[in-house]
Amino acid sequence: MIPTEQHIKLPDGSIERQTTTLNLGPTHPATHGVFENILELDGERIVSAKQTVGYIHRAFEKLAEHRPLYQITPLTDRLNYCSSPINNMGWHLTCEKLLNVKTPKRVDYLRVIIMELARISDHLICNSIVGVDTGAYTGFLYVMQYRELIYEIYEEVCGSRLTTNIGRIGGFERNFTNTAFEKLEKFLREYPVVLKEFENLFMRNRIFMERTQGTGGISAERALNYGFTGPNLRATGVDYDVRVHAPYSSYEDFDFIIPVGSTGDNYDRFMVRGEEMWQSLSIIEQAYKKIQEFTGAESEIYHADVPEYYLPPKVDVYTKMEALIWHFKIIMGEIEMPKGEVYLSVEGGNGELGFYFISDGGRTPYRLHFRRPCFIYYQAYPELTKGAMLSDAIVTMSSLNLIAGEMDA
Amino acid sequence: MPRPVRFNINADVKLVKEGPEGYMGEGFFATGFDKVVGLARKNSIWPLPFATSCCGIEFMATMGSHYDLARFGSERVGFSPRQCDLLMVMGTIAKKMGPVVKQVYLQMAEPRWVIAVGACASSGGIFDTYSVLQGIDQVVPVDVYVPGCPPRPEAILDGVMKIQDLVGKEELRRRTSERYKGLLESYGIQ
Amino acid sequence: MSLTNEKIKEKLVGKFGDQVGNFEESFGMLSFSAPKDMNLKVLQFLYDEPDLSFRFLTDLCAVHYPDKHDAELEVVYHLHNLKDNVRLRFRVSTPVSNPDVFTATKLFESANWMERETYDFYGVNFLGHPNLVRILNVDEMDYFPMRKEFPLEDQTRIDKDDDMFGR
Repeated sequence: MIPTEQHIKLPDGSIERQTTTLNLGPTHPATHGVFENILELDGERIVSAKQTVGYIHRAFEKLAEHRPLYQITPLTDRLNYCSSPINNMGWHLTCEKLLNVKTPKRVDYLRVIIMELARISDHLICNSIVGVDTGAYTGFLYVMQYRELIYEIYEEVCGSRLTTNIGRIGGFERNFTNTAFEKLEKFLREYPVVLKEFENLFMRNRIFMERTQGTGGISAERALNYGFTGPNLRATGVDYDVRVHAPYSSYEDFDFIIPVGSTGDNYDRFMVRGEEMWQSLSIIEQAYKKIQEFTGAESEIYHADVPEYYLPPKVDVYTKMEALIWHFKIIMGEIEMPKGEVYLSVEGGNGELGFYFISDGGRTPYRLHFRRPCFIYYQAYPELTKGAMLSDAIVTMSSLNLIAGEMDA
Repeated sequence: MPRPVRFNINADVKLVKEGPEGYMGEGFFATGFDKVVGLARKNSIWPLPFATSCCGIEFMATMGSHYDLARFGSERVGFSPRQCDLLMVMGTIAKKMGPVVKQVYLQMAEPRWVIAVGACASSGGIFDTYSVLQGIDQVVPVDVYVPGCPPRPEAILDGVMKIQDLVGKEELRRRTSERYKGLLESYGIQ
Repeated sequence: MSLTNEKIKEKLVGKFGDQVGNFEESFGMLSFSAPKDMNLKVLQFLYDEPDLSFRFLTDLCAVHYPDKHDAELEVVYHLHNLKDNVRLRFRVSTPVSNPDVFTATKLFESANWMERETYDFYGVNFLGHPNLVRILNVDEMDYFPMRKEFPLEDQTRIDKDDDMFGR
């Protein structure tokens, strides 16, 4: 793993005789996850970076070939575990596209609320960890308190905090309780104040600006060639957002802007994520208002009417024959699966998370491939850090929001 | 204008709830050496968070202010194995990562403890595949296992409290005993 | 003038004749296949042609069909035209006895690691790749795990009771 010969050419004007090899190894202090960078340094400047990934390769794609559809949802949870509801809903949307299931509007709006909460949760971790890497630990601790509130909302809906396994094909497993809506209202009241305070710590802070501006930049053409998507691409100036280009789950009913940067450096990425959090907040408020407009029987809908793919409620399973049969068939995987292949992508916390699903009519997918944004844009890391100083390399790594679970799958 | 005192006015609050047993007299307290050492060690454990995946995020929540880990004495989490007592392995360990865990364990100085947080570290979890190490006890000896996927922060704190129990009750000469040496031999560690 | 699947098909057939085939449309996305020695020519054409300009490689993966003799491994490229918002799926097949496919890294930098992953999982040898080594699995692994003939679980374990796990 460690190169034994020096093939690296030192830049002109260097005072060293050979480059220093530094192993920014799999266990790092910034808790980003496990990936390794072998850096060749000329003094403090980086000459080359060689990456090794795969330290948490869990063989999701092979596992998915042996599991029926509902058992794949917990696997998708663990892809980008900071925003796991987005992954779950992406998978359910893929299944719904293949199985031709249409979800009612209320389900779509509820899904949008949960997905935007997940996006806020993901961006909060990323931005506060960029702060921690520049030395500012306060923002991280302050903002973790509000992630706890988001976790409480998930707990009300699905029972679990982090790896949510939320929803079913066609909707949700239960209606949102009044407690869930109260917690959501509390979040909508208290969180904007907190976000404003967090931004005041960093946005115009001279030290932070000098650390992050001008480092880790990439141009839009190179970014597109490298396959960047998500906030990293939007920071370079390209306004590509899957929620707008290929709207899913009724995103076309919402009014939001896509924040775009200009130089693609660390500061732009931080600012794009910060502004996206405000936009997500606005989307949640719009969705919540729309949900409150449903009255009567419509306000009780939380799933589509597809008995073949949606597990029936337990009360019916114990009393009605049909529900018992459907429950048995769905759990055993004896449902009718059409043959076909479908590719669907959702806007995850890091970019376009794609699911390529080939079904041959059997219980389990024939092939399921995850298009993981982190894996694809981590290739650009040597280009982003060429000639940068070591401390900038750390900040670049954390501002790219690399989640090891998604990178290795 | 001074505010009235609201807290800590209960006169019979003891700082150490369960003190070690011993013989107390006028100006002295005699007890076993291992009890005092155990008491000091267990309330100042310095953990090394070896966070690989989702359990690492729950650990970040445990370190946050809601479920504070610092009140158990672990205010300073270190990232250098040479300075830490407790190796907290959180998350899935793949076969590629196994040698790294072993290296980190070898670099720690005695006395050292290992806690396996999460189902993946305890036994491979839901990933029964060709590339995942089915539990870190294949490579390092583990003291406490915390099940869960991911375990709630309260469960992680419970695991840490069990470690504190183990630390407090450890005999002085355990690390040089034949049985411990045999345990390390079985893992190939000298 | 929007780019429809019909137009894409016409342009491709117009340029390559009957070498491109298997045009299918599933869930709104056009997919077609071509022989494996033409993959770079087709990708270059899709990149350069001003009406088509599929300049974004969304995904590159492989599928193993053990039943199709002489075309077991299929490499699938998902392309995206960001301006007109059109997606395309392009397939090439290769036999498992001679799994050589030309690499797309000169055209798309993002294909670099995706091809390494495909090599790691299926054994597809990309000719001209700058660094074709295993990326996700351990370096000492000597088989290609995602192929259908290999099992999911690790076979070297002796402490698992297969009866209890239903195997």
